[in-house]
Amino acid sequence: MKDFVLIFRNSDNPHAKPSPEELQERMNWMGGIAAQNKLVDKGNGLSASLAKTVRPNNVVTDGPYTEIKEFISGYMIVKAATIEDAVEMAKGNPIFKAGGNIEVRAVLTPGDNS
Amino acid sequence: MTAVLCRHFGLQHMEIAEDIVSETFLKATETWEINGLPENPVAWLYTVAKNKAKDYLKRDHLFETQVKGVLMAANTHTEPEFDFGQQTISDSQLAMIFAVCNPANSPEAQICLALQVLCGFSIAEIAQAFLSKTETIKKRLLRARANLREDNFQLTELNATAISSRLEVVLRTLYLLFNEGYFSKTNNHLIRKDLCSEAIRLTLLLTENPLTNTTDANALLALMCFQSSRLDARANEAGETILFEQQDKSLWSKELIEKGNYYLVNACTGNAVSKYHLEAGIAYWHTTPTDERKWEYILQLYNELVVMAYSPMTALNRTFAFAKVYGHEAGIREALPLNLTESNDYYALLGYLYADTDPDKAIDYYQQAVTLAKSAAEKKTLGKEITRLREKKNNRI
Repeated sequence: MKDFVLIFRNSDNPHAKPSPEELQERMNWMGGIAAQNKLVDKGNGLSASLAKTVRPNNVVTDGPYTEIKEFISGYMIVKAATIEDAVEMAKGNPIFKAGGNIEVRAVLTPGDNS
Repeated sequence: MTAVLCRHFGLQHMEIAEDIVSETFLKATETWEINGLPENPVAWLYTVAKNKAKDYLKRDHLFETQVKGVLMAANTHTEPEFDFGQQTISDSQLAMIFAVCNPANSPEAQICLALQVLCGFSIAEIAQAFLSKTETIKKRLLRARANLREDNFQLTELNATAISSRLEVVLRTLYLLFNEGYFSKTNNHLIRKDLCSEAIRLTLLLTENPLTNTTDANALLALMCFQSSRLDARANEAGETILFEQQDKSLWSKELIEKGNYYLVNACTGNAVSKYHLEAGIAYWHTTPTDERKWEYILQLYNELVVMAYSPMTALNRTFAFAKVYGHEAGIREALPLNLTESNDYYALLGYLYADTDPDKAIDYYQQAVTLAKSAAEKKTLGKEITRLREKKNNRI
């Protein structure tokens, strides 16, 4: 088993007033992964408003919005035998209904520099 | 009584305290048989115990000074005051809980010790509750006591920091003690009820002291009250477990449900949510048979619970709730990847989910469950289900 970080990307802030149904769907998805004992870290949601980007030469810009339309809304860590299995898990997330996407990235382990 | 004496003697000498207590009760049976019950039996017992403890200390002192000749006469011996007041009793019992629930011992050993020291169970009774041999329990207790002596936990040090660092372990032990009764291996209904009520009594002690009256302790107590409210309804006269849906709801104890509600409200005064809060919430919804959205709420609580602390049982219960909300087919899609191939409950759940749509598969799964089931009662319940499905199939042809 390997750890994979799921990075959630949205163009609308998913934390602003989600409906009870949306919340229920998200929790059902996470609960399903946890029930298989494959949840490593439930992670965190990331604020869309309290956000700055620090660039070279002391340039600080507001939010992640200036250059990209999509922003990272949260992350969580799962364990899976292969990246395909991790992708299968990600497919069940309701984020796609809202036009978001999920990046799946294996966590590097010592000696693994790929 | 043992708890108060231990406070003076130290946990290393728990046997002495216990001996004094047994001697006291022996004297009581002898004296009361002849003279009848004294006016205040409790006070009588404590006075006798106090005197016996003082006698013991004098003898012990004599031994120390004369036989060993180490202690000088200048070192005057003062008699400690044995205080058996209400406050000391409850404080001592509380301290004893903290002493017994020591992470130096395995959870099973902690429960055995709690049953013996805090609840006054005999070794035979403990062995019956655990379905083990008395020899095994005896050995387990000896080892546990030796570990406690080595750890040298002081009963008098009941300060806020020691308590808060240890409270989690204490709550877990009481939780396990309760579960031992509620999901006990023994079919003896009386022992099960005893275990549950002892766990409640000890948890109640925690909520009565401001140092230990935390929201977690209240949540645990609420959970115990809700579960206990169904104790009489969940076993028939033969001691067989009656499934939730077939229980006679008029046998549920309204009083305990109300108490559970009271402690659950207390538990929700802060922002902290523990595993006990979630489980108490689930148990609360189980006591409300009418609400049509009940299973949705239960599923959400199980989702949070399984995210917070995975256990195979929680995963299975969560899947059962999922099937209740979204139907058996969706439930099967959630159940299959659980892959708990060593659990009879896993196969029983799959059998249940397939029963209406694919009886052949259901029978297969139920049979696998029978193979893995440990208790005869369980095998019997599963066997009944298989017979029912077979009959249904034959009627259809």
